[in-house]
Amino acid sequence: MAKDGDRTFEIELDINGEMKNINIQAGETLLHLLRNKLSLTGAKPGCLNGDCGACTVMVDNLPFKSCIMLAIEAAGHKITTIEGLRGTSIQEAFIQHFAFQCGYCTPGFIINCHSLLLNHSKPSKETVRSWLSSNICRCTSYQEIEEAIWSAIENE
Amino acid sequence: MLPAYVEYYKPTSLSEAVELFRDLKKANKQPMYFSGGTEILTLGRLNMDTPRSIIDIKGIPDCNMMERTTQFLMIGASVPLTMIESNNDFPLLTNVSYEIADRTARNKITIGGNICGKIFYREAVLPFLISDSHLLIASLQGIQQIPINAIFNKELLLEEGQLLVSIRTESHFLSLPFISRKIRKQWETGYPLITGAAIKMDGVLRIAFSGICPFPFRSFAMEKEINNTTLSFESRIENAIQQLPHPILDDIEGSKEYRLFVLRNILMDFLLEMGGYNG
Repeated sequence: MAKDGDRTFEIELDINGEMKNINIQAGETLLHLLRNKLSLTGAKPGCLNGDCGACTVMVDNLPFKSCIMLAIEAAGHKITTIEGLRGTSIQEAFIQHFAFQCGYCTPGFIINCHSLLLNHSKPSKETVRSWLSSNICRCTSYQEIEEAIWSAIENE
Repeated sequence: MLPAYVEYYKPTSLSEAVELFRDLKKANKQPMYFSGGTEILTLGRLNMDTPRSIIDIKGIPDCNMMERTTQFLMIGASVPLTMIESNNDFPLLTNVSYEIADRTARNKITIGGNICGKIFYREAVLPFLISDSHLLIASLQGIQQIPINAIFNKELLLEEGQLLVSIRTESHFLSLPFISRKIRKQWETGYPLITGAAIKMDGVLRIAFSGICPFPFRSFAMEKEINNTTLSFESRIENAIQQLPHPILDDIEGSKEYRLFVLRNILMDFLLEMGGYNG
């Protein structure tokens, strides 16, 4: 990493298990870096205000909204985007329960649900509701999404 | 996104941080301390209150610590709200924190950031106000420990360059009977209307609110009225409302009349659950 105080930095990022060296601006969000410099467009720009959850990625297995995180804050941490998930139980459950309509919010929901499963093997109903409240689906597929996560929990 | 001209610094000690702030200020680089940074980023996106340089305090061990002893609980300013909730050393704080923003956002929002923020809710301060907590503040002169009720008046009254390091709460406050209420206008996850927190210590209710006035507050005058056991609950509530420190907010989230209605109900809940004798 370049010395403190620079407006641009070269950082090494661990994204989806691959190490990437990349130049960033100090004020650049992680979402902007992912989509515009790494072509990882699964994380979606929605509100850009930390409200909708469409841009959710995992940082060290916890969900974070990449629109309210600077790219430089991600240095030294393990980043997982929707492109980094392959054949997980929650992806299968979303398909089985048709837990999407337009699909725009789906990557954020799946990342959040996957993180929940990683951190809670047997979450309570209240815990599931609390985690799911972080994401908004304008097509209102909430019932199907909740069914999907419960089926994934039962199959764990 | 913050503008391209923003510079980033990540000091590893308190002295380095406050000296950096001084030097950046002198160089006209409009420094701002950065913890979770959620508010800086959301306001920065709108070109509101945008810093020219940010000092990320997450590399400072004093700001990241969380320590529980038999005497006190110490929480560093950079501790995320979800970590406070999972540790649950201070159940009232857990309850209030649990209602802030949403679960994912609270992985990023820090306790110091919430208390020092510009958005007027700042609910996380309420448990500390009614628990007579102390704030550790770093400056070029060193570290001071200041009672929160002496330095929080509508907002945290820090001097330029001062940095909130951590919050210390005496252990006996952590296990007192408590109640908290957060009322939203819409659903379970909408923006807050009013948040109230109360503890009962030595038979006396202590209360603090966010969302009634354009700042969070603890009112000793309201507490005096609400604890007047010679009166009925209804009279105590009406007398307490007369002591509000500022006109009631009247905005798109809720009219003045609606907020007053909600406040009356919250105060009644507090009294019914913890108020004891209805005189």
